[in-house]
This record gives sequence, structure tokens and C-alpha cells, in this order.
Amino acid sequence: MSLLEIKNLHVTVAGHEILKGIDLTINPGEVHSIMGPNGSGKSTLAQVLARREAYHVTDGQVLFNGKDLLAMKPEEAACEGVFLAFQYPVEIPGISNTYFLRSALNAVRKYRGLDEMDAMDFLPMFREKLKLLEMDEKLMNRSVNEGFSGGEKKRNEILQMAVLEPRLAILDETDSGLDIDALRIVAKGVTAMRNAERGMLVVTHYQRLLNYIVPDFVHVLVDGRIVRSGGAELALELEEKGYGWIESQAGQTAPASA
Amino acid sequence: MTTAINNLDTYFDAFTEFEKRAAGQNLPWLRRLRAQAFGRFCETGFPTTHDEDWRFTNVSAIARTPFQLAPQVAPQLAKSDLPLLSGAAARLVFVNGHLARDLSTLSERIHISSLREEFAHSPDAVRGHLGQYLDVRRDPFCALNTAFAEDGAYVHVRRGLAVEEPVHLVFISVAGEQPTMSHPRNLLVFEDESEATVVEEYISIGTGAVLCNSATELIAGENTTIAHYMIEREHGDAYNVSTLRIQQGRSANVASHSLLLGGGLVRNNVHPVLAGEGGECLINGLFVGNGREHLDNFMHVEHASPHCSSRQFYNGILDGHAHGVFHGRIVVHKDAQKTDAKQTNRNLLLSDDAQIDTKPQLEIYADDVKCTHGATIGQIEENALFYLQSRGIDEASARRLLLLAFASECVERMKAGSARTHVEHLIHEYLLSLEHLPGQKSERGDMVRSLEEVG
Repeated sequence: MSLLEIKNLHVTVAGHEILKGIDLTINPGEVHSIMGPNGSGKSTLAQVLARREAYHVTDGQVLFNGKDLLAMKPEEAACEGVFLAFQYPVEIPGISNTYFLRSALNAVRKYRGLDEMDAMDFLPMFREKLKLLEMDEKLMNRSVNEGFSGGEKKRNEILQMAVLEPRLAILDETDSGLDIDALRIVAKGVTAMRNAERGMLVVTHYQRLLNYIVPDFVHVLVDGRIVRSGGAELALELEEKGYGWIESQAGQTAPASA
Repeated sequence: MTTAINNLDTYFDAFTEFEKRAAGQNLPWLRRLRAQAFGRFCETGFPTTHDEDWRFTNVSAIARTPFQLAPQVAPQLAKSDLPLLSGAAARLVFVNGHLARDLSTLSERIHISSLREEFAHSPDAVRGHLGQYLDVRRDPFCALNTAFAEDGAYVHVRRGLAVEEPVHLVFISVAGEQPTMSHPRNLLVFEDESEATVVEEYISIGTGAVLCNSATELIAGENTTIAHYMIEREHGDAYNVSTLRIQQGRSANVASHSLLLGGGLVRNNVHPVLAGEGGECLINGLFVGNGREHLDNFMHVEHASPHCSSRQFYNGILDGHAHGVFHGRIVVHKDAQKTDAKQTNRNLLLSDDAQIDTKPQLEIYADDVKCTHGATIGQIEENALFYLQSRGIDEASARRLLLLAFASECVERMKAGSARTHVEHLIHEYLLSLEHLPGQKSERGDMVRSLEEVG
């Protein structure tokens, strides 16, 4: 069974149609990348999959492990195994990172019928993940993302992902704004999580991240539609020719909106 | 300034009766103090909303109710009825305003007793302070309290003594068949260079109208470090009016922490006067209202000396039809140069019907001062909520977490110790008990509104 099956997905935001019929299937173990120019609907797709309610699905279907993902609340999707690494991680003053992560992990474990993890069991596992992301434990006693640099915020997203061990990891422009060192650390964290069961959807504007996380499939999103799909080499071609090339091609071949 | 008292006869009879039997009536100065205060109360009556200081709080329900002084023989209570503050140095329990000796524990290091005992045994010790600071002319409730001042806590910390463990003062209003009132009067005297923490906690038991109108005079000598906690958590039929009047000496450092967790009508007056140079005052508070509760915080910070700083931080959380008020007056006297005063009031409204009135009021008569104020009103942030949910935390828990986070801003201003732990625990329990947490918003769009500057 496919891990994720998106069929003819149409989404509007505040009355504007952003996604105009997306079809995409991700099987366990596959890494897919969605690339596209600004405003093409990449982030919308990521957020809809994480069940943000501000996005209104007007048509189509999304199955996650055979279950209707679009009927789920964000927390249900998360507990089922969907994880979104945010493009803009949210600062939450007053809640420490450690407390937040342990609450999240225990919520997910409870949903899956597992015992809650106490601090004794949590800490060794947590320290290991911190090491992987080269993060200072002191940072974890601070409030969630508060006062974090851009790079720290993005690493924190991957840290959360490493702790929660999702079935489907969605990375929304995790590479944007990162310097090369931070990018390498993030990529190392993500790569360490690649396995035969886990699917990944890497949303990015740039090809750079894909040098480190080599995708199995690349899809190009233009104006709410996937206009081209291919292997990792498509990303390189895009890098070379730019989005203008594919946009003009898409303009010629795309059918008129229904 | 105000209208006639609706129940003047009730109060007049009560005072006549009180004068005949009250403790300390043999002391001419005390007799005079009470009579003058009662006279003042009769002149003014209860305040109305035409009075600037009471613009957002209508006390006509208090004025209409024929409260009787709570009987001196207090109902029996078990120790399990009491809030427990573990690690307290001493505890005094007052039931309907009268000391319950068997529920209290004293300390050998600090002088702690009741006002009634002081009147009987060493009235001169309290004479120098009692009624010296509280403003009975401006506030009718203070006048009423002084008129009926008979019992309450007397805490005296001698020069140079540092007491780490808090003194816990518990005031229990037990509702009876008739509406009853009590007027606890506390005197907290901290001599120069002493250090102490006092926790006043007000609760009510049973249902039915009770009025607890307390007043505390806190005298912080030179170079003292004092923390005062006001914890108010009464039931929906309870009226609680409290006044904390702080007199700060030179280089005294005082922190006032208020925690209002419910009550039918609550008025929390905090009135520090920075009388000596170099004083610092932190006025920190959290109020959480639900149902039809009305929680009014009236701050009156007086800078009377140069080089003093004051910091006001009040956070409010209002749900249901609750109405919150934050009125922050800062008065900088002519000679109080180099004053540094700051005031911040942040509010979260959890329902469409919850209401907050926030009003800064600056009166500055010196020319070299720094005074800032700001207020915000907002809802739970949709972004943060989604972030938490997207990690698997259900919506109701996510909302609670965000409320706890908002409340923790206040908790973090308290010094670590058993008083703070006690407060933290109470906040946690109270927020968990709020009913309307999950999805009380019909329109998701409403919640996207961000914090909005109002002051």
C-alpha cells in the first residue's frame, strides 16, 4: 500500500484557488522533492497535508496509509505519523523545548497505545538526537524557538522530527536561509532518518539541499499543478535553466483551467 | 462624589454594636481612629461608576446587600479545609476575620500574632503604624475596614533578620444563611535590612454572599527585601475587596505579586509609595476570570522620592462573560527626579463575551523621569496552536499549554521558593479546571487576529 496518495487535490485559500489538481503518490522509503517558483503552491501543499484548517479543500482525496487524511485534525495526522518541518517555526515563550517535545512525544505514544515516556527514559534518547543535530542541551531549557537564530530554528525542527519518528516527513523549505554548515547538519539529520519505511516530501525552492538529500523523484509545481516529474537529474536541469524555462513550457502545454 | 448608602442603617447598627464590644475599644486612639473612619464612610458611602477610580466596577451589589458582621464564634473547620503551603515558616488562619488559633502555627524567629492580641497586650507596638498609611479619605472600603478593624495578622521582622520561608496568612470566608462581612486588617512591619516573604491567601467556603474587605499596611524599612503575595480564589457569590498599602523606605526592594483566580466581584488595590531614595518596586500580577466574574486591579504607584524604579506587569486571562479591569495610575511627585516607571498589561480574551478595560493614568510633576506604559489585548495565537497540534498535542491541551505559557510570564518574575511553587501549583490546577477551553471560537478567522496595541 502507498504511504501517501494524493488524487486531484484542489485547495483554495481565502477564496483563491492555489492548488488546481495535484496527483502524487509516495511509497514507503521514497524521497520526493517538490520544487517550484514562489507562489506556485508548494507550502500550501505542505500545510494542507499537516491539516492546517485555514486551507480549504474543494476537491480531491488524500489517503495516508489508506486512511482519509483530510478528515483528520492536525494532531490526529501527527499521531498517525505525518510531520511537517515548518518553513517559519513558531516561537512560543513560556514553554521549554524539552517540556514541549516530551508532551508531543507522549501524546503520539498515547495515541499509538504505548506507555508514556518518563524523564529517565526520555533524556538519553533526547541527548542522542541532540548530538546528531549538533545542538546545545542548554538551548532546550529555553522557550520553544525563542531567541533562536534562523539556523537553530531549522535544526530544532529536524530535532523534533528525529524525536517523533514520523512515517511521512514533510520539509517545507527547511534549507531557506541556512548557511552551508547549518545546511549540512540539517541534511545529515534528515539523511540519518531515511529508511525503507519512511517517506519524505522535501519542498524547496533551491536545488542546493538536494545535493545532500538526493531524492528519488522530483516534481515541479507551477501555478498549482505538477507540470513535470522526473528523477534527481531534473533538479539539476532546473538549477541550470531556471524556473522560467519550465514555466514557459508549462504555459504552452497546460490545459485551460476548468 | 458618591450617592447615599443604600443600607446605611445596617452599617450604622453594626457599628454601634461593634463599638460596644470590639476589642481595643479601651484604647482612646483606636476608638478615635475607628470613629473617624466610620464617619468618613458615612460621608461618602459606597463609590459609584461616576467616581473615576471605580469607573469600570459597579459595587451596587455590595451596597444593596445587608451584610452583617460575621459572628465571633467561628464555624469549626478541619485542617483539610485549609490551603497548604509547604515550607512555610508560620501560618495564621483567620475564619470570617477572627483568628483561629488551633489552625495556626507560629514561629519563634519572627514576631507573629493577631491584631486583637496586640491590642490587648502591647497596643503601643501597633499604634505607630496602624492607620498611618492607608487612605481612608480616598477609598470608602478602606474607611469601612478601618472602622471595623479588630483582628488580622501582625507580623514584625526585626532589623537585619532574613527569613527565607514565607509566612502564610489564610483568610477564610464561610458563607452562612445571612450575608456576612469581615474586615481583616493586617500590619506587616519589616525593620531596616530585613528580608521576608508574606503570602496572603483568601478563600471562601460554602455558597452564599460573603464580603471580605481586607486591608494590609506593609512597612518596608530601609534596605529591606520583601516579597508579598496576594492570592485570591473565592467562589462566585463572594465579594473580595483588598487593599495593599506599601510604604517603602530608602533602598527598599519590594515585590508585590497578585494572583486572582475567581470570585463574583474582586477589587485588588495595590498602592505602593516609594518614600525613600533608591527604592525598587515590582508590581506583578495574574488574573484569570471565567463565568460572570469581575476582576478589577487598581494600581496606584506613587513615586515620592528620587532615583526609584517601579515595574508593573499584569497579565489577564478572561473567558466566558468575565470582565477584567486594569487601571494603572502612576504618580510622580515633584521631587521624585530620575524616576523610572514602567507599566505593562497584557490580556488574553478566550471568548467573544469576555471583556477587559485597561487604563493607564500618568500624573507626572517632576521633569526628569522615564515613564512608559503599554497594553495589549489578543486571543490565543492560531499559529502557535497549530504548531503544537502539528506535533500531536490535542487542541484542548495545546490551548492549556499556551495559557500556562502566558501565565508563566508572571510566575517567572517570582523568586524561586516555596511561595512560588505554591502559586505555580494553584495556577496549574485552575487553568486545568477552566471549562470553555476547547474550540470556544465558532469562527476560526477570529483567532488569527494578532495582539493589538490599545494604550
